[in-house]
Amino acid sequence: MSIVPAELVAIAPITLLTALSLIVLVIEALMKQSEGVSYAVSVVGLVICLLISLGTIDLTGTAFNQMLTVGGYGSLFSSLFVIAALLTVILSRDYLQKEHINFGEFYLLILFSTLGMMLMAYAADLIIIFLGLELMSICLYVLAGFMRKRLLSNESALKYFLLGAFATGFLLYGIALIYGSSGTTNISYIVQNFSTLSSSSWLWMGLGLLLVGFAFKVGAVPFHMWIPDVYQGSPTTVSGFMSTGAKAAAFAAFVLVFAHPFENAEKLKTVLSLLAAASMILGNIVAIAQSNLKRMLAYSSVAHAGYMLIGLAAANEMGWNGILFYLISYTFMNIGAFGILSLLEREEEKNLTYDDYAGLGSKRPFLAALMSIFMLSLAGIPPFAGFFAKYYIFVAAINANLTWLAIIGVLTSVVSVYYYLRLVVMMYFQEGEMVLVEATSKASSPKFFELRRASMAVLTISAFALIELGIYPSTILTIINNLR
Amino acid sequence: MTGIALHHYLALSAILFTIGVVGVLTRRNAIIVFMCVELMLNSVNLSLVAFSAYLGNPTGQILVFFVMTVAAAEAAVGLAIIIALFRNKQTVNIDEINIMKW
Amino acid sequence: MHNLSPYIVLFPLLGFLINGLLGKKIHSEKISGIIGSGVVGVSFVIAAIVFFEMLRSSVEERFYLINLFNWIAAGSLSITVGYQIDQLSILMTLIVTGVGFLIHVYSIGYMHGDPGFWRFFAYLNLFIFMMLNLVLANNFALMFFGWEGVGLCSYLLIGFWHDRRFDTGGYKPGTATTSDAAKKAFIVNRIGDVGFLISMFLIFMTFGSLTFEDVFKRASGVMMTGDETMFWITLLLFLGAIGKSAQIPLYVWLPDAMAGPTPVSALIHAATMVTAGVYMVARCSVLYALSPVTMEIVSITGLATAFVAATMALVQNDIKKVLAYSTISQLGYMFLGLGVGGFAAGIFHLTTHAFFKALLFLGAGVVIHAIREEQDIQKMGGLKSKLPITSNTFLIAALAIAGVPPFSGFFSKDEILWHSFSQGSIVYWLFGWMTAGLTAFYMFRLFSLTFSGKERWSHDIHPHEAPNVMTIPLVILAGLSMLGGFIGIPASLGGGNAIEQWLEPVFERAHVIMVPLHTFSHATEYLLMALSVLLSIGGVYIARLFYLRRTDIVFKLSTSFATIYKFLWNKYYVDEMYDAVVVQPVVKGSEKLLWARFDVSIVDGLVNGTARFMYSLSGILRRIQVGVAQSYAMVFVAGIIIILGILLTRM
Repeated sequence: MSIVPAELVAIAPITLLTALSLIVLVIEALMKQSEGVSYAVSVVGLVICLLISLGTIDLTGTAFNQMLTVGGYGSLFSSLFVIAALLTVILSRDYLQKEHINFGEFYLLILFSTLGMMLMAYAADLIIIFLGLELMSICLYVLAGFMRKRLLSNESALKYFLLGAFATGFLLYGIALIYGSSGTTNISYIVQNFSTLSSSSWLWMGLGLLLVGFAFKVGAVPFHMWIPDVYQGSPTTVSGFMSTGAKAAAFAAFVLVFAHPFENAEKLKTVLSLLAAASMILGNIVAIAQSNLKRMLAYSSVAHAGYMLIGLAAANEMGWNGILFYLISYTFMNIGAFGILSLLEREEEKNLTYDDYAGLGSKRPFLAALMSIFMLSLAGIPPFAGFFAKYYIFVAAINANLTWLAIIGVLTSVVSVYYYLRLVVMMYFQEGEMVLVEATSKASSPKFFELRRASMAVLTISAFALIELGIYPSTILTIINNLR
Repeated sequence: MTGIALHHYLALSAILFTIGVVGVLTRRNAIIVFMCVELMLNSVNLSLVAFSAYLGNPTGQILVFFVMTVAAAEAAVGLAIIIALFRNKQTVNIDEINIMKW
Repeated sequence: MHNLSPYIVLFPLLGFLINGLLGKKIHSEKISGIIGSGVVGVSFVIAAIVFFEMLRSSVEERFYLINLFNWIAAGSLSITVGYQIDQLSILMTLIVTGVGFLIHVYSIGYMHGDPGFWRFFAYLNLFIFMMLNLVLANNFALMFFGWEGVGLCSYLLIGFWHDRRFDTGGYKPGTATTSDAAKKAFIVNRIGDVGFLISMFLIFMTFGSLTFEDVFKRASGVMMTGDETMFWITLLLFLGAIGKSAQIPLYVWLPDAMAGPTPVSALIHAATMVTAGVYMVARCSVLYALSPVTMEIVSITGLATAFVAATMALVQNDIKKVLAYSTISQLGYMFLGLGVGGFAAGIFHLTTHAFFKALLFLGAGVVIHAIREEQDIQKMGGLKSKLPITSNTFLIAALAIAGVPPFSGFFSKDEILWHSFSQGSIVYWLFGWMTAGLTAFYMFRLFSLTFSGKERWSHDIHPHEAPNVMTIPLVILAGLSMLGGFIGIPASLGGGNAIEQWLEPVFERAHVIMVPLHTFSHATEYLLMALSVLLSIGGVYIARLFYLRRTDIVFKLSTSFATIYKFLWNKYYVDEMYDAVVVQPVVKGSEKLLWARFDVSIVDGLVNGTARFMYSLSGILRRIQVGVAQSYAMVFVAGIIIILGILLTRM
């Protein structure tokens, strides 16, 4: 009867990632010029962690006095987080060197924030959600300001930090009210006794504040205001990580708490639908007028949060599963898109506007083709995964009698085609002089546009994942459907 | 003799929380804004402890410990961010930190 | 043999991959061209094998499904990706691969020396792949995939020479580039696609499936004629068809699409892609049969388009524009046929049209090449002796489209006219008949001005016949245009109408629902036939007379009927009308908000108007984001108040 080891094994992804983070921490503390070592250790460790996460999907149950769930849902999500972290780490290497911020702490912070995300997805208790959320957020505040000599990065870190802490206050107040009205912070207990508890307006207020906290993290209108500024100012690969890993983690927690067949929860459904509609409309429309690509992707990420919220508003199996599928495909397309931006970006915020991408199709045909795939997938054009993800969510909405929401979704998708395809048009149908070679020749700096094979491989894999998910969504859907 | 009831604690907590929110919305100095956020967190702590005592269950108090730890970590990171910004811009006035907009 | 069918689709994809990925490295026109056309040729051969296999088997065995994989299997939603081989889809496959192959071969000559040679073939192969998915799909989702795919290829190919200037036809001349034309085509098509998409949702909600067989079986079993859901489903589907097949009011993109290379116009904008709408309506014949109101709309739209586009073609001077309006007009004919219930007649005309219209475009391509990229027919003339093969094949195609017996167009057009008379009304017939006359007239105006009469091109040009690789496809297509009609000789002329019998099983369900109203004697049919032959030949004669011997008449007519002439020349002022009624109000509104500069044209303007509106809205909404963190917190708090308000009010 060795209970403790069994529990540790059951939450192996968390255990392992913690160990990995600590190892990298020690490396950072003890070694000089540790960046390369940290990078290598992180990549290898994350790969192992990914395998183990995938391996624990079949487990069920809870661990640590019902603080954590085991396997299943959490493992699927932690695989997703690890993938996001892995892609980000690999893509960041070039970027960090180029921006002269190649410090090993970067990888450490990514690992710790991934750990926070995992805690959120494995949580069975509101306390764990809170801890995970904070662990993730604090690391991301630092990452946002990682280019500490640059004003934009400072500003984005400060905005993210202040608003994030502000939102934490509300989230925490929500948890306190839920705790006060139900006497527990255990999620499944609250869900099971919801019908008796729901007469208390404290509980509703607590749920409302909790919802606001999550809505802030996923970037739903009107809690989205930080997203454009933070994504624009942060290091580009970090923006990619925030828009995928952090968003997915927030959705994981959102789904854990809110994706249950609550009784008399019509009001909840109304709130979620309104958030979804507002996010889709505002995100897509404001994205049109952007000229900075990072900012465009930021507004697009607001819009995508709206699409995913439809799944929550629909409040049926299909909607909840749709969110998972959406997140998985979204991770690949957005990390890919931000990845390409990071590869082509030059010092002093250059090469980040639509105009800069003119003529890329003839200069870097492969890169342009990959970018087109990511854009088409974001726009939801078949056969890429983005289309199917939207389709699935819309069908869920129609099944839940939220046809109006599905219609808004379809119309705003049409709007979104404009600004995604604008980039494709730029790359292929406009002549332009994208400066691909670094002007200042510092002997020590690497040749920036001799792209490393690893980065190209990562981007190619993302593109293939999108095609594979678009053509054979069943592969992932069967896993998702067997989770519950 | 009647002691102080739960709702007294909660009322105080709500008042402190509101003061914190208003402070965040109105103050211009980043450090003071941050202090107001801390005030919000601590007012919630007060609620948690009160609930915990009233319900006779320790969960709330344990959560308070975590919150304090988290707040400390946040403070460290937050101050570091503000210092980095001050070095580059020589100001901590939030109104002036608006390069990125629209 | 049936198992071979997926390979029909596979080969063009292979060609696309090879040319697309390696084309630049191969750097050889010969290899790229041979691969590009070869794969389509192989597809055609396989399709032909399957077809002959079907001919030999009994009627019941001619229908089969090939499931490739389960695309989606989740909950109530289950879509199997697969192909449906039946009489209709194999016919379409033969047209797409057959005509497609000839046009590929022709392109080897036409695109010679172009730096984007490999890219061109890659796009063409991709187009064929998408088109085959469209016609062979066994469900709406896969069909939609192909539908979007061909749209994408069309977009890529119209804008192939993306920096060339291009004349949009009078309205703000000289400002547009081919990229603008490409964009216009793409955006106008998306309007139709929204209809298709919503209709697909409706179909899934109503029938719980997207597979053709399930939907059609349930529709014919359960639904009553005139059901309101069926009306919306079919109407929205038809909206998709209007966009893709360039019918009123969304036809405006097709003339602009002529900015693309000529083989593209022949393949995509004449023979195959634009007929996708016709194919789709025919494929869903059961659904349409259940909604007589939509059928009425289909016929009237088709008829109006046929007539209006034919009148526009009368006065155009750009050789490709004439052909473009003619294509719009002929597509209108096909819809007229479908709308009155003559599904087989519509498909028959689609087939013959693919032959002769492809031939016309390819011929036009040779002419344009021969006189240094000149497209204005007023600067042509007398090319008959210089381009003997081209002019003779062009003549055959012109006779075919004019409806002169025994060329193919005569039979198919007559079949449609007969259906419009016997199952529609005399008014339908009358307008259809007049359109036929107009067609004969403008085609021979075109032919006379191009090939006969005086040489009006400058003397330092020495036009010569195209190489064999271009003329051989012309000759083959000419043969098909001449003889293609014999697959559908009507019973009254002693034929068996083979094509109608062949397609009958596909349209059986629809025909059960729609019982013909009247029956007429052969005598009536002969009479109508005689009338249309008379009109065709009359049209040909008058055109020859006007434009060769009595050019003074043309001049007199155009001056004494100056208003009408001008009206036609400006294409009914549709552009200006759209501009005044829709674009300007929208634009003015947004102008005031944004103080921006606008140069908008036509439906382009309608589309751009919406886009501009969105853009200005975007410009306003983005101002919410003022850049100061506290204002963000303010919005945040406002959001909380609203949410708590909703959650805490008792319902």
